[in-house]
Amino acid sequence: MNGDAGLPPSLRNDLGALRSRIEDFLYLEVELLDEWKIEEWFALFAEGATYEVPPTGTDESDPATSLFYIADDYVRLRERVVRLTKKDAHSEFPRSQQRHMLSNVRIIGCVEGIAEVSCNFVTWRAKRGVVDTYYGKHLYRIDTSSEPFRILAKRSILGMDMLYPGKLTIIV
Amino acid sequence: MVVRERKGNALAFRCFYHGWSFNVNGRFASRFEEGNYGKEHYDGGCADLAQVPRLESHRDFWFINFDRNAMSLSDYLAGARDYLDLVADHCEAGMEIVGAGQQYVINANWKLLAENSIDAFHGFPVHNTYFDYLKNIGSLRMDAGTGQFNASGMADLGNGHAVIEYPSPWGRPVARWVPSWGEDKRPAVEALREGLIKRFGAERGTRIAEFSRNMLIFPNLVINDIMAITVRTFMPAAPNKMTVSAWALAPRDEDPDLRKLRLFNFLEFLGPGGFATPDDQEALENCQRGYANLREVGWNDISKGMPRQGPPMNDDEEQMRCFWRQWRQRMEAGL
Repeated sequence: MNGDAGLPPSLRNDLGALRSRIEDFLYLEVELLDEWKIEEWFALFAEGATYEVPPTGTDESDPATSLFYIADDYVRLRERVVRLTKKDAHSEFPRSQQRHMLSNVRIIGCVEGIAEVSCNFVTWRAKRGVVDTYYGKHLYRIDTSSEPFRILAKRSILGMDMLYPGKLTIIV
Repeated sequence: MVVRERKGNALAFRCFYHGWSFNVNGRFASRFEEGNYGKEHYDGGCADLAQVPRLESHRDFWFINFDRNAMSLSDYLAGARDYLDLVADHCEAGMEIVGAGQQYVINANWKLLAENSIDAFHGFPVHNTYFDYLKNIGSLRMDAGTGQFNASGMADLGNGHAVIEYPSPWGRPVARWVPSWGEDKRPAVEALREGLIKRFGAERGTRIAEFSRNMLIFPNLVINDIMAITVRTFMPAAPNKMTVSAWALAPRDEDPDLRKLRLFNFLEFLGPGGFATPDDQEALENCQRGYANLREVGWNDISKGMPRQGPPMNDDEEQMRCFWRQWRQRMEAGL
């Protein structure tokens, strides 16, 4: 069984190829985060994009009716990036070291080049001899209709039942 | 533990270990065969769930107390009652907690967060990037409103409680509009402001609408009525570690667009993913590291404002000294 099951044979290869291209794109995305190329990372987002981290240990999923950890519109996401480039973002000065791992990449749906993608993630953050682990699932909406791909929405659903690392200052 | 869920509804509670069950009033309600247990299990109440010794409320803020002989909640809250009223008065229909809230850890002694939550002095050095954000999006508003009310100070509320009050540089969903919210939201926010002034008069109405208040109720309850309202409590997990639970408080009948705006405004500053709280966490964790040098550096200086003539300023440290005087009194009483 694979994610293409149920599709006409002629489409399966296309979807497999698309998944491969999306994986490359996501690996680029998290490499930029690992390398603290945060402004280049932001450039992967389309204008009007959103970035969200819902609350832990609950299925609440609407930032208009429940309190998230992060619910950025495009302007606030830009400002988050601007903030992280400053020395006065004390929680990330000196900068933490990060490593992002992605797996289980699946295309949930794709309509007119707009792909709904899910994947699992583990992100490690090290600072002052403490290693924090963040894990969960990313849900992306990615515009694949032209190169380069652009992220329309990213939601990171933490798998932990509370925020054990304490801070959520890096992009997981 | 007969209830392990965070929330929900039930007709009865059943312990999964030996199957004892209890009705919603906590009465033992198992139908075990006669002879297994004595009569007192069924009639005497000895197998009932233990009651919380004290449960009292003020304006829908509920408090439990495990000390049966404690003073009344009303006496304990003392001057904090008036400031809880200022929060409860945001909305005629009452206030509610929104969703599950935030649960996180800070690797520092819990008393550092008690201090930090009512400390205005650290605002600009620690939260410089937050104020930059307000400037960048055009929402830094330093005007203090209409002049019907003014405050820039603190109040000792008794029993270790204290509050600081000051003009807000930020928007307040209760009734203080800022440009980044957009002109389309302005009439609705203005109407809320007018409503408060109609209900309470120009002075108290302006106070609720425009001014911000950070309050500590001794020892570990914070209600900060700032760019949103956060209710926050924190428990020590170890001498150098606390767990924090933080919620957003909001008017019960809030318009959905304004609710959305309120939560968005909350997150601009508050919580572990906000533009300010993480830097507080970082500061407290670095304080905790510094305190490892206790032998060489034995004091944390919170004397700011002590020589000042007249009432303390909101960015003095008298409110922290209120906490510590109460702490000292209670520690010494226990010796």
